[in-house]
Amino acid sequence: MNQQKIGSWIAIIVGMLYFIVPLIGTFEFSLRMRRGEYSFDAYRVVFGDPNFQATFGYSTLMAVLTILVGVLIVVPTSYWIQLRLPKLRPLVEFITLMPLVIPAIVIVFGYLRLYNSSSILPLTATARSTDLLLVFSYVTLALPYLYRAVDTGMRAIDVRVLTEAAENLGASWPTILFKVILPNVRVAILSGAFLTFATVIGEFTMASLLNRPAFGPYLQLMGANRAYEPSALAVIAFLVTWACMGLINVVGRGKQIKAAP
Amino acid sequence: MAFLDITDVRKNYGPQTVVHKFDLDVERGEFISFLGPSGCGKTTTLRMVAGFEVPTAGAIRIDGKDITRLRPNQRNVGMVFQSYALFPNMTVADNVAFGLKIARKPATEIAGRVAEMLKIIKLPHLGERFPYQLSGGQQQRVALARALAISPKVLLLDEPLSALDAKIRVSLREEIRSLQRSLGITTIYVTHDQEEALSMSDRIVVMNEGRVEQIGTPFEIYNNPRTRFVASFVGTLNLLKGKVVDPVAGKIVIDGQEVFSSKRIGHLQAGEACAAALRPEAATLHQTELQEAAKIASSFARESGPRNRMVGTIEEVSFLGSVVRIRVRFQENAISLDTFNNPNATPPARGAQVTVTFGREDLLVLEGAEG
Repeated sequence: MNQQKIGSWIAIIVGMLYFIVPLIGTFEFSLRMRRGEYSFDAYRVVFGDPNFQATFGYSTLMAVLTILVGVLIVVPTSYWIQLRLPKLRPLVEFITLMPLVIPAIVIVFGYLRLYNSSSILPLTATARSTDLLLVFSYVTLALPYLYRAVDTGMRAIDVRVLTEAAENLGASWPTILFKVILPNVRVAILSGAFLTFATVIGEFTMASLLNRPAFGPYLQLMGANRAYEPSALAVIAFLVTWACMGLINVVGRGKQIKAAP
Repeated sequence: MAFLDITDVRKNYGPQTVVHKFDLDVERGEFISFLGPSGCGKTTTLRMVAGFEVPTAGAIRIDGKDITRLRPNQRNVGMVFQSYALFPNMTVADNVAFGLKIARKPATEIAGRVAEMLKIIKLPHLGERFPYQLSGGQQQRVALARALAISPKVLLLDEPLSALDAKIRVSLREEIRSLQRSLGITTIYVTHDQEEALSMSDRIVVMNEGRVEQIGTPFEIYNNPRTRFVASFVGTLNLLKGKVVDPVAGKIVIDGQEVFSSKRIGHLQAGEACAAALRPEAATLHQTELQEAAKIASSFARESGPRNRMVGTIEEVSFLGSVVRIRVRFQENAISLDTFNNPNATPPARGAQVTVTFGREDLLVLEGAEG
């Protein structure tokens, strides 16, 4: 093994330790609920808590809706910029980066001022309309990740030539988008979807200030009032996230073989 | 009436005109090449026929129907792209079937047509492969099959061979031409490769800076170039700076040696600077002793015989396989000429004195000396 390889392995091991040691610590702590011995009591309590199921289910639903709305906005935008408006790319990239610069709390206070119950568009007037507002706010939060993932996928294929080839063979715009472009950026969309899911599932600020029963506020509540359950929740959230990542990886690999240029 | 009629077509991008007044009549089944350097407007013109660009002015008709404003998917024009543009998520068979599925043809008809097309391109066994599993040449054949599967009225090829290596390029261009002949499909082929254009086309449209320089058969374009650009762009050309001595007799002087052109130079004045163009294959090399060569040359010039002779020194000898390219310097001017490689004869050495002869009809005198 040459020196360069040894250096690489050391970097990987240090990186892994940096991530894994705290995780092991959290996991170990979550097993200490029963005095003097390890047990899964904390997990039993968490899974048995109806609030866990309700908030996790709610956040999952919000994440799915966010992904759907986000994909519907981001994919055609990215496609059109690639195809017809490449000069607008810097502007769109700047806009999509803004949620990283503007704190979520600023955005949510802006929403509350704009869409409160006495405004022209009272989105906070009912629970369902507030859910809608929450989805839109999550779309904003996920925009930097989703846009970048999709845009990278679009750049990897020659969108313009593929579009022209399909058009030349008689295809209409919807056919081009759904039969030619989307299948070839599926992996990129899935990556964006995963990042969006990971962002939404543990999000606290938006859900809390809009007073929605999401998983983020539940995590915070548990953390403030319990000792071992928050650690169990952290491990569960981590496993769910990794399961999603693994799933996307498997699906993505299957498609990658077909879609390789 | 021509099958494909491009009338007075112009294309502007903002204030810049990229195609000026393009006129072309293409007969049914004809193979036309657009030849020119990068940025000359050949691809833009092709894209206007395909419908990817809308002309600023003028009209395009196919079989009498005005298609100028029709969308690309309404024109029934097949196109092959330089980068193949195969759909990566589809198999070869699905790629070929794509246009037929869009046209909602019956499944049995699609299957039959796909099999037929794959057979035509000699890849009948690769229908289930994905594009990334094929070589560049195979991918381009599939792209050709896909374009032909929809039975287009006109086939457009945009530099289809430029991404391939030299050997495949030659074999594939022969295949494309023979396929085009057997199907009798009207074809426009864009290329910057003069050899491709000369070997494949019924007629060539030579373009430069958005303008048509000349339209003609490969023979006409090569042997009777109408403009200086065509003369220099098509084929290899020696340009020699000289001075007109007697415009009526076609006599000019190059580096102190008198030569004659049988082509018309009456529009030039005696004493005016000029440039003379000579194809490398038109010149013949004679290895002679210096004094004898000079004697031959001067006596020849005096007698105004049938061939021009110039005495010079060999400056460079390049071995190109079947051909040996030799560069002969006179004084200010030099010419390159090609001789066949003869394994039994030693190529001339650098520095040797030689005589170069060429026919009067081979010397084309151009106006101005800038070459």
